[in-house]
Amino acid sequence: MNPARRKTRLTPAKKKALVQALGFLILRACLYFVFAVLLLFIYDIIRKGSGVLSWEFLTQPPRRGMTEGGIFPAIVGTFAVTMITALTSIPLGIFAAIYLNEYAGQDRLTRLIRLAIRNLAGVPSIVYGLFGVVLFVNVLNFGTSILSAGLTLGLLTLPWTITASEEALKNVPGSFREGALALGATKWQAIRTNVLPYALPGMLTGAVLGLARAAGETAPIMFTGVAFYLPYLPRSLKDQFMALSYHLYIMATQHHAILQVRPLAYGTALVLLILVLGMNLVAIIIRYRLRRRRQIHGW
Amino acid sequence: MKRILNKFAVSNPVAAEEIRGRGSFNPLPFDLRAIMIINRSQKKKSWRRWKEELIRLFFLFHGLLAIFILMGIFVFLIISSVPAFKEISLKEFLTSKTWDPTSPEKPQYGLVSMIFSTFMVTFGALLIAIPIGLGVAAYLSDVAHWRVREIVKPIVEILAGIPSVAVGFLGIVLFGPIIAKIFNTSSGLNAANGSFLLAIMALPTIISISEDSLNSIPHSYVEASLALGASRWQTLIRVKIPAALSGITASIMLGLGRAIGETMTVLMATGNARNFPHGFLDSIRTLTANIAIELGEVPYHTTHYYALFAIGLVLFIISFVVNLIADILLSKYQQREL
Repeated sequence: MNPARRKTRLTPAKKKALVQALGFLILRACLYFVFAVLLLFIYDIIRKGSGVLSWEFLTQPPRRGMTEGGIFPAIVGTFAVTMITALTSIPLGIFAAIYLNEYAGQDRLTRLIRLAIRNLAGVPSIVYGLFGVVLFVNVLNFGTSILSAGLTLGLLTLPWTITASEEALKNVPGSFREGALALGATKWQAIRTNVLPYALPGMLTGAVLGLARAAGETAPIMFTGVAFYLPYLPRSLKDQFMALSYHLYIMATQHHAILQVRPLAYGTALVLLILVLGMNLVAIIIRYRLRRRRQIHGW
Repeated sequence: MKRILNKFAVSNPVAAEEIRGRGSFNPLPFDLRAIMIINRSQKKKSWRRWKEELIRLFFLFHGLLAIFILMGIFVFLIISSVPAFKEISLKEFLTSKTWDPTSPEKPQYGLVSMIFSTFMVTFGALLIAIPIGLGVAAYLSDVAHWRVREIVKPIVEILAGIPSVAVGFLGIVLFGPIIAKIFNTSSGLNAANGSFLLAIMALPTIISISEDSLNSIPHSYVEASLALGASRWQTLIRVKIPAALSGITASIMLGLGRAIGETMTVLMATGNARNFPHGFLDSIRTLTANIAIELGEVPYHTTHYYALFAIGLVLFIISFVVNLIADILLSKYQQREL
């Protein structure tokens, strides 16, 4: 056979290898695309936001119709509302997870509860906002306030907290429970002394992830308590508040001099991103450490 | 022991049957089982037993909370949207294209444009997110070294953690101008922009659930395919992906649910024009964005106010159906796993 032709013609094996190499290249390109977008996002916000970031920006209220000054009330508001969210969703989530993992049998009721949890996780956040308007603002008469917004966000994060807590409970080996029961402990004593202490770090990690999500949410608080602009800090749970996420929305779309306040919007976006991604990162690192420790200690 | 049991069976036949252990596998020896169950069924409820029962009920209540909340959302949405239909006919609501509730002469409440816009922007998002998400999932499950996977998975999670309002902001300041330049339109705030951003928000869901389902197909499938001489690529395309299809479809449904329900991103990046869209370069307004825009301005307890809750109800039903389908698909592949 002509040697020049042998070079150009592909044997089936070679063709197969080539197709595979090409295919894997495409898959790799998909991954790089996702990385590129994420980096572009973060790079753009850091580059244009870091110029505004200063001690004054973090500790001063907005001034002159929000064209100058800082975002201090928004930071305080976000912290306050996230606190209420934590107080609502962490205990409720942990209790529900204890029921599902420790008490519930494999029956229809349990399946129904799990179905409800998964569906709650898929309900659009603006629908939670509508629910909050009816239940907390109107029926329970909390008005548009930190309390209403925090409770709404608490319900929103509940499915995530339940799932994460249950995951943490599942990771505690059955022998821990059996050991306590064999020594004559009741079920609750076994859970309290031999299960919860070991599951708690995992539960809190999951809770932090849920709270990070809540801190960045805007739609559910828009009508349940957040304010366009407040010159003072909230004094009680019944006060309205400013929030970082909503402030960013205002600065980006609703302000009368949008282009003039663009740097401030970038600064707000950077602070919000640092807060939310920081919480995420802390939770992810703790979770990684916990997993390592479990592998080393053998449970 | 047998005699005690027979005597006991007169007062409590069900428990006695359980002790005899018919029809069920029971690892405990007969005597131990008898003592346990007879003790359990004695009516001596001490304080400790009451306490245990109360604790169980306490946790049961919290377990049921999820059902109560879901029902509560549904019921409140229905109660708040029913008054709207005193003035709006259901036919107009679901078939008219014009949404103009503030018109002084004749307010019109038609959802079609917004429903179409919602599905259009979601469809565009999935068109981008499905191939890329599936690609990344396949890369992670088939090609990547486990160390790479350990690093990539948290990064994907971080992508999921970016607040939607920040994504929307970048849609305005970063992608809007790029889109305006490429397609030579006056403003980059249109359906294409929204689709791109929603794709990025749906990616983490699609990646993580698709990867799980690709990893959970039986190893013997892969081995059989490789043993027959197929390459890893052929195995991936012709064996693994078809075998994991229900899980992959479920991940797509969940991504779809996330895209339909997303508010801030589309509110900020799609321009919010109320017209019926004719292409991806038109500015659109989705169901979620419409609630967000109008609920702040509308007076309480007017037809317009109730109509916004009716939109919420429509959204709730759409997301419920989408999630239910995902759920059925996922339970299908979990059953096969067993």
